Amino acid sequence: MANDNSSDGSPKRSRLMGIFWSLLFLAVPVLGVAVFIVAPWYDIWLPKDVSEHGKAIDGLFMFILALTGVVFIATEVLLFWFLWKYDAASATGPAKYIHGSHAVEVIWTIIPAATLLFLAIYQMNTWADVKMRRPAMAASVEVVGRQFEWRLRYPGRDGTLGTPDDLFLVNDLHVPADEDFLVQLKSMDVLHSFFIPNLRIKQDAVPGMKIPVWFKATENGEYDIVCAELCGWGHYKMKGRVTVESRADFERWLEKMYAQQEATQPEPLSGSDGAAVALTQ
Amino acid sequence: MSTATASTTLSTDRVGQSLPPARKARPVAEFLSTYVFSKDHKVIGLQFLFSTLLWFLVGGLLALAVRWQVAWPWSDVPVLGKLFAQQGGQMAPEFYTMLFTMHATVMIFLVIIPILAGAFGNFLIPLMIGADDMAFPTLNMLSYWFMWPAFFAFGASFFVEGGAASSGWTSYPPLSTNVASSPGAGMGQTLWLVGLTLVGVSSMLGSVNYMTTIILMRAPGMTMFRLPMTIWAMFITAILQAFALPVLTAAGFMQLTDRTLGTGFFSPEGNIVNNAMQATGGGQPLLWQHLFWFYSHPAVYIMILPAMGMVSDIMTTFARKPLFGYRPMVYSIAGIAGLGFIVWGHHMFISGMNPALGITFMVSTMMIALPSAVKTFNWLGTIWGGRIQFTTAMLFALSFVSMFIIGGLSGIFMAATPVDIFIHDTYFIVAHFHYVLFAGTAMGVWAGIYYWFPKMFGRTMNEFWGKVHFFLTFIFLNGTFFTMHILGAVGFPRRLADAYHYETFHHLQPLNAFMTYCAIGMVATQIIFAINFFWSMFNGPIAGRNPWNANTLEWTAPSPPGHGNFDFQPVVYRGPYEYSVPGVEKDHLMQTDPPNAAEAAAAAAAHG
Ligand code: HEM
Ligand SMILES: [Cu+2]
Ligand SMILES: [Cu+2]
Repeated sequence: MANDNSSDGSPKRSRLMGIFWSLLFLAVPVLGVAVFIVAPWYDIWLPKDVSEHGKAIDGLFMFILALTGVVFIATEVLLFWFLWKYDAASATGPAKYIHGSHAVEVIWTIIPAATLLFLAIYQMNTWADVKMRRPAMAASVEVVGRQFEWRLRYPGRDGTLGTPDDLFLVNDLHVPADEDFLVQLKSMDVLHSFFIPNLRIKQDAVPGMKIPVWFKATENGEYDIVCAELCGWGHYKMKGRVTVESRADFERWLEKMYAQQEATQPEPLSGSDGAAVALTQ
Repeated sequence: MSTATASTTLSTDRVGQSLPPARKARPVAEFLSTYVFSKDHKVIGLQFLFSTLLWFLVGGLLALAVRWQVAWPWSDVPVLGKLFAQQGGQMAPEFYTMLFTMHATVMIFLVIIPILAGAFGNFLIPLMIGADDMAFPTLNMLSYWFMWPAFFAFGASFFVEGGAASSGWTSYPPLSTNVASSPGAGMGQTLWLVGLTLVGVSSMLGSVNYMTTIILMRAPGMTMFRLPMTIWAMFITAILQAFALPVLTAAGFMQLTDRTLGTGFFSPEGNIVNNAMQATGGGQPLLWQHLFWFYSHPAVYIMILPAMGMVSDIMTTFARKPLFGYRPMVYSIAGIAGLGFIVWGHHMFISGMNPALGITFMVSTMMIALPSAVKTFNWLGTIWGGRIQFTTAMLFALSFVSMFIIGGLSGIFMAATPVDIFIHDTYFIVAHFHYVLFAGTAMGVWAGIYYWFPKMFGRTMNEFWGKVHFFLTFIFLNGTFFTMHILGAVGFPRRLADAYHYETFHHLQPLNAFMTYCAIGMVATQIIFAINFFWSMFNGPIAGRNPWNANTLEWTAPSPPGHGNFDFQPVVYRGPYEYSVPGVEKDHLMQTDPPNAAEAAAAAAAHG
């Protein structure tokens, strides 16, 4: 009746349809792999990593990509092959009468279970490096998310936040290369997320919490700071820049910015940045 | 409903006996109680189906508007631009924010959840277990009618001052609780919470009913391990709902009182938004995330398990082969449901939650991929050695498997905490959940519609146009969503009204334009489906009781079944997947077919 093979007329035409549909499913792994091969040529791939820990993250990404890639190709090709081979229009005789196999179930439970467990354990060290093994140092800068900008505060010459020589800036983060750098992340209003793609760093900024974020930048240059957590209508424009430079350049820049601040804001603590100051406590 | 036509085209050997004609009553009251305030599970199922399909259309159009902005930010929106024009035909960023919030809200709470449990659950549960209706028909009717105030709350929120909710479907505070934080955080957000609560009430009424019905009202001989996978999936989904939903409801009320009564569950001390100091404090934004995901992670399984069940049934029918590994399939659904309660923290790896906790959640999340893998292998095992009939329903079911593989594998990237640092809140996540929810569940729903349409309306849908619909949807969906993985690899963030002013992302516009073209194609393709659906309802070929030669109980009832479903007392003799039994004349043995000797011999040989 609505049964395809009989309504389609000739069995030959029906077989052609079977071939067509199997090939459609074969296109999934073929094109899927092709997309991942072609994308890097167009620079649609992991942005350049300029951090120390980023190598490990990218390595894990590639490792999982390879592993899942194999599973993806194997299962999708198998799906294609079964459709091709067991099309009712061409296969002869009745279907196999089988309800499963205990042995096979055990195999395809144990192997993925072990693989997944290994995969989880394999991640732990990198995770601990990036999020748990905080370097023993004072904060290099305080970053405060606010609709819709990143407010920065450098501790100044005395190295302590909350003193009169603090340097206040907006959206313009500078970082000395090849040194541990510790950000103290806060939010003044809603959630934000401090995302520097090239540094493989992302951390939500949560009002009421002080969250440490650390990294070691390895290559001079200017990179984007993106807000990655929805923070309101202006979320898209909450953009900052990070400049990685040599220690000497970094010091020079700090001096210059501090001089500018002194010139425009004789009394930084009662200055226009009242809100940021209120957060100091 | 008349069974006269159905009985002339019986394809089973059972002769239908017509139901007594409906009593003549006052026509208006009669109409109301039959089609509007009906307590018949089939009518309620169809009411859910039509309502959710309508919202599917709304959600799809919202998605197109979102895609427009992502591909061509700040350019005039065609057609719709005139309707909501803020600056000429151009979309304001707060409008964009509202669009993606409501797109997700509509799709999740008004389409996917109610179409699976409400439409298919309602229609299929009594029919597939051999019951004449649900255990609590009035509760069932209420579960549908509680959707309407929710429809109104969500629908009306578009027109209140400030517009509809715009803090994402996850509604993270303080953005969602602090009225000053965004335009949609006013009345729109309150209506969102009200709507959510009502949808929850509806789900809970349904869930209680499904559990009771499946436990108590199975036909004689229908043991739990003779239930079709669809019913197992609905059963476990109902349990998930019942245990997870109260948490969301409570959290919703807490957010509501934070907004309206000045409590401070989710706002920290000294929280200043938009220069307006908030009076109360002492709460924690992360608390909401824990409560929300404690529900919403199980909810993602609520959004896929029933589809998995339906696909299993459809695949066995059209492979003419028993389901491979019936019990492992049942256990893996149960495993997913159990593990589903201890993985919620994977949405919070970088939220500020203690990173040590992240490790625990990584391990549990990796492990939940296991039952998903087992299911996939068993589906492949099912078609292996089958006699595959490429019907439209089968094509959609096969594509569910093919696409779920992609969604499941991308989950592993995100479960890996270090990798998630980079891809969290990027398009990689968007790719992941569209592969499981659209390419998975929505394709499974279409499979279900094409498959059970004959039972619902007594006629089959047009197969040719069904296949055209499948082919185009399949191509366009992959064009739209597969590319999102590589966008995510660049770090392209979700929920940005315009990302091209970032150096890192500005070269991605052409790819996004391509994806939007595919999305437009995908939505347009659904016109074919809509026409086929409505045309076939009245003009499709008459189906008969069992058009696919399937085994389960619903196919022994008339198409469509009358009030009370079965015109005989179904008695079940075997499991639902006895296809191609050696020595048996037909290639299928229905669950109600009397036992025969060849079958016993085959079973002995197969299990020996
Ligand atoms: C193989 C099993 C799966 C694994 C390992 C997995 C893992 C994950 C992880 C780790 C995240 C969080 C990513 C992030 O935000 O950084 C996530 C997000 C998500 N997953 Fe899955 N997932 C799986 C299956 C599913 C299924 C079956 C569904 C739905 C039917 C689903 C729906 C979602 C949704 C909707 C989100 C995103 C929510 C949001 O942030 O808006 N996942 N998944
Ligand atoms: Cu933001
Ligand atoms: Cu989850």
